[in-house]
Amino acid sequence: MKRLVTCLVALMLAGPVLAQSGPLRLTITDGVIEPITFAAPSFEAETPEAAQVAAELSRLVVQDLAGTGLFREVPASAFISQISSFAQPVAFSDWRAINAQALVVGAVNVQGDRISVKFRVYDVFSGQELGTGLQFAGTTVGWRRMGHKVADAVYSRITGEGGYFDSRVVFVSESGPKDNRQKRVAIMDFDGANLQFLTDSSTIVLAPRFSPSGDRVLYTSFESGFPRINLLNVASVGRQQLQTALGEMAFSPRFSRDGRQVIYSLSNGGNTDIYRTDLSSGQHIRLTSAPSIETAPSLSPDGSQIVFESDRSGTQQLYVMSANGGEARRISFGEGRYGSPVWSPRGDLVAFTKQNAGRFHIGVMRIDGSEERLLTSSFLDEGPTWAPNGRVIMFTRETQGAGGTSSVYSVDVSGRNLKAVPIQGGASDPSWGPLQP
Amino acid sequence: MTLINKAAVLLLVLATAACTNPDRFGSGNGVNGGAGSEFGANAGLAGSASDPTSPAFFNQTIGDRVLFAVDTSTITQEGKVILDGQAQWLLANRDYRSVIEGHADEQGTREYNLALGFRRANAVREYLVSRGVPSASLEVTSFGKERPIEICSSESCYAQNRRAVTVLSFSAITS
Repeated sequence: MKRLVTCLVALMLAGPVLAQSGPLRLTITDGVIEPITFAAPSFEAETPEAAQVAAELSRLVVQDLAGTGLFREVPASAFISQISSFAQPVAFSDWRAINAQALVVGAVNVQGDRISVKFRVYDVFSGQELGTGLQFAGTTVGWRRMGHKVADAVYSRITGEGGYFDSRVVFVSESGPKDNRQKRVAIMDFDGANLQFLTDSSTIVLAPRFSPSGDRVLYTSFESGFPRINLLNVASVGRQQLQTALGEMAFSPRFSRDGRQVIYSLSNGGNTDIYRTDLSSGQHIRLTSAPSIETAPSLSPDGSQIVFESDRSGTQQLYVMSANGGEARRISFGEGRYGSPVWSPRGDLVAFTKQNAGRFHIGVMRIDGSEERLLTSSFLDEGPTWAPNGRVIMFTRETQGAGGTSSVYSVDVSGRNLKAVPIQGGASDPSWGPLQP
Repeated sequence: MTLINKAAVLLLVLATAACTNPDRFGSGNGVNGGAGSEFGANAGLAGSASDPTSPAFFNQTIGDRVLFAVDTSTITQEGKVILDGQAQWLLANRDYRSVIEGHADEQGTREYNLALGFRRANAVREYLVSRGVPSASLEVTSFGKERPIEICSSESCYAQNRRAVTVLSFSAITS
């Protein structure tokens, strides 16, 4: 995976790009209920070796797009014309006739362990290309990444927003019974593929958090018998204990946006407060000093503010304060208890866990606490994490009872498209990394 | 005691393995088994429950744990009786140190339950100290909701899981 080198090359087009009038555009709002229809004929295999990967890669593009719930595939059985060559002119009338609004055409070239993929996206009803053709090149082991990149580009061109398919998620892989659960930090593609373990199961590990660039992971480990924060390098799997301020326990870490600082909870004498440590200078700053529990801090994208949870009012609620500490204002006022807040990468919303009347929910609210919206409801949902484009949330869902297990689910910020992420074994505490370069 | 290493030791573990194998760590059946067993359940130093100087007596006859009401860290009357016994035993058997492990039931978020378990463990520490146990012989930690002893999802199990357990270790063998 490390060896994968992906480069982006704009294809030289045969002729000037036509001016577009009223291009195909899907605006993602809460009200979107009619998906865009698209056709993605199996990508052309330019070399004999490319046949299988071309077929699999085009299925992956379809799976990514259809999986969002924003796009619906027109199946190949409905096709009137076939795309036998990437270079041939598109017979738009044949695609209009089967009501495909968008058409994705691609070609795959494999030579040895090198692979390149090129594609174009067409707005069928205007008969024009959306954006310009692109080519991705790399090694064959990374073919899925190229499929995700094609899907991200299609998603972006039709929605006008960043994609999230070529991204990875760190999480906790779980096995064993509830009273002796084995937990390991693991990493996977956003769709559950390419799972790799980053730690062994010799000790409890909790809540891994990606660095903004996806190169490092912070997590809580019970290696010493006391919760401590470890810093792990994804590529080398080397890890070291984070030098926090002095305390009996340290947990709930997150990186700052520039990856140079860590905010976390530190416990001393029964009390838990929020601290910040600068990774290069080793300097520690205490950000809260109340006798109550202050934990689960998350920085705003601009780094100026921190949202966190506190039970200073008597129950767990959400608060916002300056990144340098000081006065905090409460933002959650609904019924029940609120915890594990996470600031959206777009800056507009906070996702949280809500506990009320014996049920757990994942919800979102604006930074001022207004427009609270619950997206899920179950016996136990917790720990939201945002997709890089701020449109989808992953979280942990745990089932009830002695045989209860954990799974990772995803849901749109609109509350639609709830589904389990296909991961082998139990899984919890997802942290969604950035779109890969 | 080397296990309880308060010095911030820099652990650097480099793992190497083939990229094709998702598990670069073998089967992962480490000697520590499940966590929580770092300090065990006192089983290692049990002795006979009829010997009042034995850990078995501490664990079984006095009681190694106290229970808490939902979302509280207040020591109950029943808990105070147990902790009075623990304090008496610890004062009479000064070769032992203790780690007090706080726990929560599954009704709560992961981070909050860690902090709540810590509060519970600390409440026990403060009580024992108030009864004369040297605070230097007591350490506290929290497992949050990670190590329930009862696994059903109802109050009968939750009540057993909201606990703070005093786990003994020899201090004689520590430096």
